[in-house]
Amino acid sequence: MTAPRARSDISFTVNGEARTVSAQPMERLLDVLRNHLGLTGAKEGCGEGECGSCSVLMDGALVNSCLVPVLQAQGANLITIEGVAQKDQLRPLQQAFLDCGGAQCGICTPGFIMATCHLLSKKPQPTLEEIREGLSGNLCRCTGYAQILEAVQEAAARESAR
Amino acid sequence: MRSDPNDYELVAPGNLSAVVSLLADQPGSWLPIAGGTDVMVQYAAGKLTARKMVSLWNLPELRQIEVADSELNIGATCTYSQIRNHEVVKKEFPLLASAASWTGGIANQNRGTLGGNIVNASPAADSLPALLVYEAELMLVSVRGERRVPYVDFHTGYKKTLLAPDELIRAICLPRRTSGYVSYSRKVGARNAQAISKVCLAALGQLSNGKVNDVRIAAGSVAPVPLRLSETEGVVKGNTIDSALIQHAKKAAAGEIRPIDDIRSTAAYRSAVLGNLVMEFLQKLATGGQSA
Repeated sequence: MTAPRARSDISFTVNGEARTVSAQPMERLLDVLRNHLGLTGAKEGCGEGECGSCSVLMDGALVNSCLVPVLQAQGANLITIEGVAQKDQLRPLQQAFLDCGGAQCGICTPGFIMATCHLLSKKPQPTLEEIREGLSGNLCRCTGYAQILEAVQEAAARESAR
Repeated sequence: MRSDPNDYELVAPGNLSAVVSLLADQPGSWLPIAGGTDVMVQYAAGKLTARKMVSLWNLPELRQIEVADSELNIGATCTYSQIRNHEVVKKEFPLLASAASWTGGIANQNRGTLGGNIVNASPAADSLPALLVYEAELMLVSVRGERRVPYVDFHTGYKKTLLAPDELIRAICLPRRTSGYVSYSRKVGARNAQAISKVCLAALGQLSNGKVNDVRIAAGSVAPVPLRLSETEGVVKGNTIDSALIQHAKKAAAGEIRPIDDIRSTAAYRSAVLGNLVMEFLQKLATGGQSA
């Protein structure tokens, strides 16, 4: 056992709010969000960047928060699943997942929603092929994906209409 | 066993000269980390032997793609997303653009870097055969200055490179000489997205008066390092592509690779598939790139 290292103050914006955490620089962003900030929407699935359950947006880019050492989030603008809805109002894309049955057990759902936010920010009217590619880093073991693809198509239609 | 963050140090000096000074002060004791898509996986699994990391993420000097008249210089920590969406890469280096699009899912493409992929030196990395056929050079940097080395010489053995302990890759330089070539690439894996290759091939060629004027072929996952298939190229170059030449080329390719049995595939399967990919490329080249 080595003596605990001094922590560092690391500052970033989460869901529009400026936050500073006292953390070890190599702590995973996922653990900091969940354990320091109580934002438990991002889930740990595989812990190695294969499943996408821990997806968040970092400066507008979709990332696996399990693979980000928190020091690299210094100064970043982070959006987690908790920051997608506007107050109590679900975004149209979230409602589309509900309406289409794009969620079952729910573990993968925050990651799919974040990947969909990212995809629609780049391509507001994606083709089915682009949807498949945009979500290819997210694994779901319940739905068989058909309902999720349908939800994203529906989400694209609703988001562009609003 | 999961790693304890208390056991690890990570610093982010924020500019290139501070990073290379740190590496020079204690050569070999700092592990550079860019997007973390390899290092953090080892860390999470408790398999990371390095204890001191220096962050290269968002260093402005390493994050640019510069378009010069004769070459394209890709900063070492440019991400796969940056690379696959760059207009000159898409137009003149399509093999690199498609390899970037096969590398992981979007989240990993947003963090994984070309320089990181090179230094990690996996023989299965999808983008490395493309760098071989484009005859890339690497710009290396340390406090001692810069040097350029041909990428083909960089990997000296399985996971071994000629990078000195105080050096970083600064940029990957691609000569802009192959825009009219027929290009071919294919990855064979368990699924297209987010799966590590069983075999991948990248190839370029040009015909002149019905004969192969220039040809470059490279493969991943068939040897301890990404491999340029020079003997196969020698068989093809200067000749007309017909079924006899294709058989001859397949035999040459099988002779110069050193595939293994591992969790993803077998040596026999890799050898058979590689021969078929070489054939598919030559058939495409024979028709001037008209067929798929």
